Amino acid sequence: MANSIKIRARMKGDSCEVKSLIKHQMETGLRKDKKTGKVIPAHFIQEVSCEHNGSAVLTANWGTAISTNPYLSFEFSGAKKGDTIKLSWVDNMGESDSAEADIK
Amino acid sequence: MNMKRRVFLKGTLASSAVAVAVGAGLLSPRQVLAAWPKAAFEAKSVNDAMTGIFDTDLAPASDAIKVEAPDIAENGAVVPVTIQTSLPNVESISIMAEKNQTPLIANFSMTPRTGNFVSTRIKMGQTSNVIAIVKADGKIYSARKEVKVTIGGCGG
Repeated sequence: MANSIKIRARMKGDSCEVKSLIKHQMETGLRKDKKTGKVIPAHFIQEVSCEHNGSAVLTANWGTAISTNPYLSFEFSGAKKGDTIKLSWVDNMGESDSAEADIK
Repeated sequence: MNMKRRVFLKGTLASSAVAVAVGAGLLSPRQVLAAWPKAAFEAKSVNDAMTGIFDTDLAPASDAIKVEAPDIAENGAVVPVTIQTSLPNVESISIMAEKNQTPLIANFSMTPRTGNFVSTRIKMGQTSNVIAIVKADGKIYSARKEVKVTIGGCGG
């Protein structure tokens, strides 16, 4: 399965700026399939976390109202160019993915 | 009415139910530890969502929190929102859309290393206030901005 996470991590002064795009349907569970009339079950990312040097720099709990193909941006300190960060997610159906990126 | 006792009792019952479920193999340990705050995310009012996470629904407005969002959202399914704060020692930032069926959208747990903003895109069902709740130094503050939505984005 192709990796669902795109990360851009760049030093801006003393902070590492992270911009990420995650490919995920973020299905609310409120839509109905137009052909069958059945409700499309909710399928959405519940947890996201970003780690640097083995410690979490951001964790998030999400609900169904984060947009499809979620965008997330934030900053953190204590990193330098060449370090690696890791972004991971877990959804309500137990699926998960993670990706690493070097800080530029 | 002693709300704290109710919350304590509810917690005790919930954790013993969870223990039984884990024992029966219905819940993996990872799911137990993750503890996604279901009640808060399924709450139908801002006050109930707040109580679900913070045990209080009091969050005085603060000028030190900025809710950046468009005045008018072209598409209610993708509303860009940035919450920025100058409050020190931020522990968490939560985003809600007051008139969504379930107002709580996201809860970000910050660390001492995390910067002072989060930026994402949210779904809004109709014109509503976007509310930011920031917990800093143990205290809870809020800010809001109205976003007009012409085409609702929750799919209902």
